Amino acid sequence: MSTQSTHTLSVLVDNKPGVLARISSLFSRRGFNIESLAVGPTERPEVSRITLVTTVDRVDVLEQLVKQLNKLVEVYKIIELAPNSVQRELILIKVRCNDTNRSAVIDVVGLFRGKAVDVGTESVTVEATGSSDKLAALVTMLEPYGIIELVKSGQVALGRGHKSITEKNRPALRATN
Amino acid sequence: MANKSTDLPILTGAQALVASLERCGVEVAFGIPGGAILPAYDPLYDSSIRHILVRHEQGAGHAAEGYAMATGRVGVCIATSGPGATNLVTPIADAYLDSVPIVAITGQVNSTNIGTDAFQEADIRGITMPITKHNFLVKRTEDIPESIKAAFHIASTGRPGPVLVDVAKDALTGSAPFDFEDELVLPGYKPTSQPHGRQIKESARVICRAKRPVLYIGGGVIKARAWQELADLVELTGIPVVTTLMARGALPDTHPLNMGMPGMHGAVSAVGALQKSDLLIAVGTRFDDRVTGRLDSFAPEAKVIHADIDPAEIGKNRVVDVPVVGDAKAFLGGLVESLRHEQVPEYTEWTQYLGGLKERYPLGWSEPHDDRLSPQHVIQRIGQIAGPDAIYVTGVGQHQMWAAHFLPFARPAKWLTSGGAGTMGYCVPAAMGAKVGAPDQVVWGIDGDGCFQMTNQELTTCVLNNIPIKIAVINNGALGMVRQWQTLFYDERYSSTDLDTHLVPNFPKLAEAMGCVGLRATRPEEIDEVINQAMAINDRPVVVEFVCHKDAMVWPMVAAGTSNDDIKIARDMAPEWEDEIL
Repeated sequence: MSTQSTHTLSVLVDNKPGVLARISSLFSRRGFNIESLAVGPTERPEVSRITLVTTVDRVDVLEQLVKQLNKLVEVYKIIELAPNSVQRELILIKVRCNDTNRSAVIDVVGLFRGKAVDVGTESVTVEATGSSDKLAALVTMLEPYGIIELVKSGQVALGRGHKSITEKNRPALRATN
Repeated sequence: MANKSTDLPILTGAQALVASLERCGVEVAFGIPGGAILPAYDPLYDSSIRHILVRHEQGAGHAAEGYAMATGRVGVCIATSGPGATNLVTPIADAYLDSVPIVAITGQVNSTNIGTDAFQEADIRGITMPITKHNFLVKRTEDIPESIKAAFHIASTGRPGPVLVDVAKDALTGSAPFDFEDELVLPGYKPTSQPHGRQIKESARVICRAKRPVLYIGGGVIKARAWQELADLVELTGIPVVTTLMARGALPDTHPLNMGMPGMHGAVSAVGALQKSDLLIAVGTRFDDRVTGRLDSFAPEAKVIHADIDPAEIGKNRVVDVPVVGDAKAFLGGLVESLRHEQVPEYTEWTQYLGGLKERYPLGWSEPHDDRLSPQHVIQRIGQIAGPDAIYVTGVGQHQMWAAHFLPFARPAKWLTSGGAGTMGYCVPAAMGAKVGAPDQVVWGIDGDGCFQMTNQELTTCVLNNIPIKIAVINNGALGMVRQWQTLFYDERYSSTDLDTHLVPNFPKLAEAMGCVGLRATRPEEIDEVINQAMAINDRPVVVEFVCHKDAMVWPMVAAGTSNDDIKIARDMAPEWEDEIL
């Protein structure tokens, strides 16, 4: 029985070259699916945080994925964020427009709390942030005008409340020899 | 306060590398120098480490594996950048699949040239990412000691495996304070070796409720050196045992409760034990497809207790009822303690049923129709003459399966074979490494004529370094296992499996050319004679060619992708399970 489900994982990793290659190679080798991936520094310079969205057919695939990620020496911690966590993507869209409909485009973008960041005689470039659903709705609204170019970031996310997933993530391990 | 680094000796990276290896307890390394690694070979010349100059880097890697398997320590191999490093890829992959602790050191081009397609540059860290437990690219001299220390720690703890350390040439030629005492900080690496007490108790409880339990024992029991705990558990409970290819010898084959090897070429009693079981107690094993056959019909009535040091193995292929993360020794020991206080039921009916299967379907073979030797008989005689104390190493194919069936498995950790990767060419170099690690033991390689031709040049290394191994070449003139599949599944169309090795090479002459003793047996009455001759020679390697019958087949067999229930004991012959007994 297969029931597809989407999960957002926050992965704390060593901020070293090659770590991202290790993770993406693991996903491709084991046949796991990455919907989106965003990586950046955290409040601690030696730690990077990867926000990874994955869709799996079965829950045990997610379990296997987390276990395989955990085996990577440079992965410190993996947390699955709850569906109600704060999840955001950034989108930049270059929309075709002219003097007659430019303000209509900007109005639409305004409804999504986005803004125009570049304007030309034949186009306007707008930016917006939000959940993937919200941005999809924005794209649908802008499509009739003509989308010249579009770029979207991977999703970043934080759990709600005062807690941090970085707490207690570095117990020192002593060599046993 | 004095600056810590001023009290430390200043070493070149090369010196630091060799000093670090010495401090990790390395006594032997197998390798070949070349441009990028050359700086390291200069201090290696003066060090306490015995460097064995092999003839191909693949030989260095398998030798490191053989050494590790024979000694329980970390094996070390060294190669230069580019092709030197890529030649290590096969043994590294082999060690990864069979969880063998090795550390591979490779030279890399100068850090400033990395990424420019420089001479002999290969991204060996990138190449080996999916086949190492971990790997490092070291570009700074001061990072060498910590990387080496971490490599040995990671290779040997938790689930053992290969670790590669790629060192840029300028890191070897540069100088830095040598600090080996620095604490190792690996926050992302915390293997769990002690299983949870609650899971052990739960395992004991489930075992006491089972009617048809079986201990499904894998190579992890050998790696954890847990054979005494296994013997204690079997003694205490009377639960029958199957030992996978990697675990042969974990419990003596002569033990009445040892049902033999399960899997594609497993004994009927072992395959039956899994298929008819109501509880698998899987320890240090990973439900490999060669054991399970078609997964959806594998052990269909069984609950599963799965104990493994690698949490990712648990639930990977088979849903588990009682997961236990931890070392096999700790788990089996804990289980024995826990079950001492329980009323363990009698499994008489079950063990009698399996004993019946074992009696009715013993492993055997049919004698050849031509005047050539029976390969099974040859392997059995080697085992009988060399005895259970010898170390046996195999290649991959028919001879490997026959060796797994007919050698005397009475002692643990005496059996070296390429299981997960199925690497042809493993035998000769792994036997070399085993003999270096255990010089006082007799080491017999059981190899095929196909495998032997992949790596036999290491016999030259053996001659020059006084490593007197014995290699039996089971020469059936073909890539026998592939030929067997062609016989069974491809209408006897023998596409590219005939090696013509009855014509060339002349194996005894090839052996003599490398400085070994070369022997040959072509008639049954010569078998014992040549084996005894080989046993008497201890001052150089011996190669014995056994000219064998081409059409011998490995039985039983579960065809790839089919159910274990469809095991055949010979062509078109299935065993009678007599299900009504249960």
